[in-house]
Amino acid sequence: MTLSDYSAAVLLLAGAFFFLAGTLGLLRFPDVYTRLHALTKADNVGLGLIVLGLAVQAQSWAAAGKLVLIWLLVLLAGASVSHLVARAALHRGVRWWRR
Amino acid sequence: MNTVMNTVMNAASLYGLVGAGLFCLGLYALIVHAHLLRKILAINVMGSGVFLVLVALAKRIGGGAPDPVPHAMVITGIVVAVSATALALTLMLKVATATGRAELPDDEGSE
Amino acid sequence: MVTTLLQWTFDALLGLVLLWLAWRSLASTDLFKSIVLFIAFGLLMALAWARLDAPDIAIAEAAIGAGLTGALLLGALARLRAVVNEEGVTPQQQPLLRRFPVWLPAILLLWVAAGLAYVVAALPPYAVGLSAQVAANLDASGVSNPVTAVLLNFRAYDTLLEMVVLLLALLAVWSLDIPLAGVAAAPGLILDTLSRQLVPILILVAAYLLWVGAHAPGGAFQAGSVLGAAGVLLLLTGWRLPPRLEGLPLRMILVAGPGVFVAIAVLTTLTSGQLLQYPPVQAGLLIVILETVATVSIGVTLAALFFGSPPRGKQHQ
Repeated sequence: MTLSDYSAAVLLLAGAFFFLAGTLGLLRFPDVYTRLHALTKADNVGLGLIVLGLAVQAQSWAAAGKLVLIWLLVLLAGASVSHLVARAALHRGVRWWRR
Repeated sequence: MNTVMNTVMNAASLYGLVGAGLFCLGLYALIVHAHLLRKILAINVMGSGVFLVLVALAKRIGGGAPDPVPHAMVITGIVVAVSATALALTLMLKVATATGRAELPDDEGSE
Repeated sequence: MVTTLLQWTFDALLGLVLLWLAWRSLASTDLFKSIVLFIAFGLLMALAWARLDAPDIAIAEAAIGAGLTGALLLGALARLRAVVNEEGVTPQQQPLLRRFPVWLPAILLLWVAAGLAYVVAALPPYAVGLSAQVAANLDASGVSNPVTAVLLNFRAYDTLLEMVVLLLALLAVWSLDIPLAGVAAAPGLILDTLSRQLVPILILVAAYLLWVGAHAPGGAFQAGSVLGAAGVLLLLTGWRLPPRLEGLPLRMILVAGPGVFVAIAVLTTLTSGQLLQYPPVQAGLLIVILETVATVSIGVTLAALFFGSPPRGKQHQ
């Protein structure tokens, strides 16, 4: 295994850990707003690490560029959609969790 | 028993079995539920099961690339399924606006 | 075809999760939850296609199967909830089935499942497919992606019929005329900005998928579905087609896909005596023309299917 294989493996595992944490948050957090918070962490950082891990092993700069573009698109869509979901929940009167 | 283990260890027929299972799940839900939206979901699941079986069978070429003809058929099938779903959903809404419930009217007059 | 233990474990887990998601989606009491689980099921199916070496199908499933079907289902649920005011808590059983014991359908279907599983498992693990013939004729087909070659050259007749099926479905939906559920009068800032940023990118991605489909996974249907998704996003922000484009231009675009296909079919029948037999020299050009027109037509058709009601024309208030 070369150095790029090792670094790709480490980055992919780190990204997978963030996704695991995000999924745990989705399952365990008490209301919509906190769950959205957990999911966006998984989406942004976790996907970024996975994209980095794949880009390290990409065949060309163009392929790596496309991977980064995918990550940026997911950032854009994820942030906007989580705002829209939170706003819709607020309009519907979903109360946020209080201790 | 050995042949069962052989088939399950082969990834292609593993997905084929999953496809058969999805088809039967969808068929059961189609038969049992009365609500039309659930029926439409069930038909879509059945379609996905059939596609899985087709593509799993396409992978049986030893080594190399899988057979592209079933792939083309499945892509065609996915597009046809979405158009059929759109039409089915519109028909369901027509039934709902006409009868007030999203279920097909019962012939026997038990309501 | 030997798979390592790790790969087999992943495949087995993926298969189990697919079955579990399908069961939870179909057995859920809340319709919204059913639809959301179905969308997740579609995305995991895309993963299964990737595992089965079918990247073209993976792209098509993610865009059409998960994305557009999910949008159609959610739109229908919104319209349904406006019309049907009470939602049953438990899924109602078919009235016909109440005469039979509860376990009868389950037993019959277990039988069917066992039979199907036996048939699928009893098939030989290696089979001679058509990939050898496709590979032998790939150079004369005009493209180098075998799936695109099959879709648009070797089995172009199926694709022609598929485009006509799409058009027919749209005609049927238009004749039933159920308008889209009410959208907020003005989209919020975020949705507005998102659509303004995303729709040009989606059009670019569609053009890229169309172009790259000749030599890599991609193609007309994937590109058309991305265009359709852009159309759905626009419709959700409240954008409507300008009235002067609603009449003939919209219909011309919708018919262009199947129409050009039929024209090329007639041309090839007249010149070479066989339906859709492309001359090898012009095959690449013909495929590019067909794919381009098909992409635009499919995109507009899918967006129109989501919108649901036909353009009003002169009677527009």
